[in-house]
Amino acid sequence: MIFTWNTPALDGGSPAEELLLGFDRGRTARVLILPAWFDEANKLRRFTVELMRRLDAAGIDCFLPDFPGCNESLAPLNKQTLEAWRTCAAAAAETLGATHVLAIRAGALLAPAGLPGWHYAPQSGPKLLRGMLRAQVIAARESGNSETSEGLLARGRDEGLMLGGWQLGAAMIRALENAEPAPAPGQTAIVQTQLGGPGLWLRAEPDEDAGQADALAAIIASTVQ
Amino acid sequence: MSTTPIMQGHLDEDALDQQLKALIADVLGLDPAQAAAFDLESGLFGHLPELDSMAVAGLLTEMEDRLGIVIDDDDVDGEMLETYGGLRAFAQAKLAPL
Repeated sequence: MIFTWNTPALDGGSPAEELLLGFDRGRTARVLILPAWFDEANKLRRFTVELMRRLDAAGIDCFLPDFPGCNESLAPLNKQTLEAWRTCAAAAAETLGATHVLAIRAGALLAPAGLPGWHYAPQSGPKLLRGMLRAQVIAARESGNSETSEGLLARGRDEGLMLGGWQLGAAMIRALENAEPAPAPGQTAIVQTQLGGPGLWLRAEPDEDAGQADALAAIIASTVQ
Repeated sequence: MSTTPIMQGHLDEDALDQQLKALIADVLGLDPAQAAAFDLESGLFGHLPELDSMAVAGLLTEMEDRLGIVIDDDDVDGEMLETYGGLRAFAQAKLAPL
């Protein structure tokens, strides 16, 4: 089910409307899902929605908001900052009346500290950047250009950078260099081995795994109920 | 999660072999039996359609995490990625106690 939600006014701008996928039947438990980022978001999208269907069947409401600059958003990605996305995550939690948060991969960098919940396979900012920089260096070499991760990063800090097709602003890159997921009280990390298979973000192509979606839904349902 | 295949200063080559094959299967979504059947001449980059530049980046990042090594840009060349044997030799060299 597709809804919309209003992001807070950022940097003196006006609130913006973004899309939201949700299963909202007015139940007690309401889980805000903070998706994986960039390429991983695409690879995990179907898995994330499959998880939501299972949570819905288990009697749990759940919400997957688009963040500004992501997915169907009309906002430019290169204007987004880590702080603004954190503000958006907190606003989404409040607007939607979330009782829990499930943060996936780098989504863990945005988890509102006031909600109990889970960080699924949390990814740090430096590791996220390292993987994207490396892919960019390899792609550049394939087309005969010599780039280095250090060179790209130095440029990115000053003027932003296109990495693997994602246009990141300088402020976002600088913030990611030091961003570590930190589970707040009541938030626990779920490691990949608990799901009984390799992480789907690793795959070259988007994939799905019913067994892993079952396992993650079961972990959440058993804590919530 | 996983441990580095070094036991008391010695590189356990069988453990590295298994871990590397499992890692390739995980990253590329291959049937574990297909990865287990790799020999040193099995082709990787340019042979497996799943292995594009994004997947190479994912593979190297996962090798760093699981094997506890650091891979520099300059380490990455065609030879190391061309065959399974090349990749294993690279991992061995990175892991070899100095």
